[in-house]
Amino acid sequence: MAAPDIVMYEEEFNQIKAIISKLRVDANSKVVFLVDKNGQQIAAHGDIENLDTTSLASLTAGNVAATDGLARLIGEKEFSILFHEGEKDNIHISIVAQRVILVVIFDERSSLGLVRLRVKKASEELNRVFANIMSKVEKEKAAAGAAFESPFAEITDEDIDSLFSE
Amino acid sequence: MTFINYASREINCKIVYYGPGLCGKTTNLQYIYDKTNPTAKGKLISLATETDRTLFFDFLPLELGTVRGFKTRFHLYTVPGQVFYDASRKLILKGVDGVIFVADSQVERMDANVEAIENLETNLKTQGYDLSAIPYVLQLNKRDLPNVASVDEMKRLLVRKNEPVFEAVAAKGPGVFETLKGVAKLVLADLTKSS
Repeated sequence: MAAPDIVMYEEEFNQIKAIISKLRVDANSKVVFLVDKNGQQIAAHGDIENLDTTSLASLTAGNVAATDGLARLIGEKEFSILFHEGEKDNIHISIVAQRVILVVIFDERSSLGLVRLRVKKASEELNRVFANIMSKVEKEKAAAGAAFESPFAEITDEDIDSLFSE
Repeated sequence: MTFINYASREINCKIVYYGPGLCGKTTNLQYIYDKTNPTAKGKLISLATETDRTLFFDFLPLELGTVRGFKTRFHLYTVPGQVFYDASRKLILKGVDGVIFVADSQVERMDANVEAIENLETNLKTQGYDLSAIPYVLQLNKRDLPNVASVDEMKRLLVRKNEPVFEAVAAKGPGVFETLKGVAKLVLADLTKSS
């Protein structure tokens, strides 16, 4: 495999939720969410009831991937910030810990300057949490070795068949 | 790269439909979308040109139920099949958990099939994957057309390992869910191995 699987544990998940909910308040924004670079949503906070967050996650990741491709074409490592300005709502997208995408949606009650400032601070905190997660995953793998019990070790053909029977 | 969330007890897997232009990748997704219970699916997103050719990708999230207490979600993606969209195809393969190669059974598309499968092998390699090691199935699509190559002939040209092979008519449905189930099985079986 190219990169290790992301495994999210309760403790870090709660830290992440706390950081993005604080960011939402501090930046005066409507929605803050975190997406893995492959388009999987990690966490979301704010007015998300009427928002299709799954699609948002996938399109954001596609957007970032395409922008990364553009960056490399002109010899840049990455464009670390993307900003989309709309009539009412704006989207601020940034990369955290090289592998996670932080998205902030805000309207006229906030400003790009404020969002950038608060995102920078939250990014530092998120960097630490993701570094923790990665070292935890490595440690568990190394320590447990063969004894590591994947929760899926016992998936049977019947389990899989039952997924499709509905 | 499967994303496992122990906190909310969810597994998310990414499946990519690959194949030459006009082989029926989007049609597979469309059929799955049409036949799935509304509570189990999200929106089908198509980033397509005005003539309905895929420009970047199609995306369909599917919720399949629970295995061992984990909510299982599959995110289905297609790539643009046309040769000149290669840069986009590479991006979509990032973090893939399973690949379905959709081959066009029409005799005149055999060269395109072979070219696309070689392109898949190359692009997987640039992302650090090996076709022989990842969950992979082959779908022989458009079996209802009059000018199709024989299954044996197609297998001879396209089979890369001992992958499951499914015959399908994506526009009408036969084989579509069998193919998806085939790759889902391999992806979940792969989870049991990776520790």
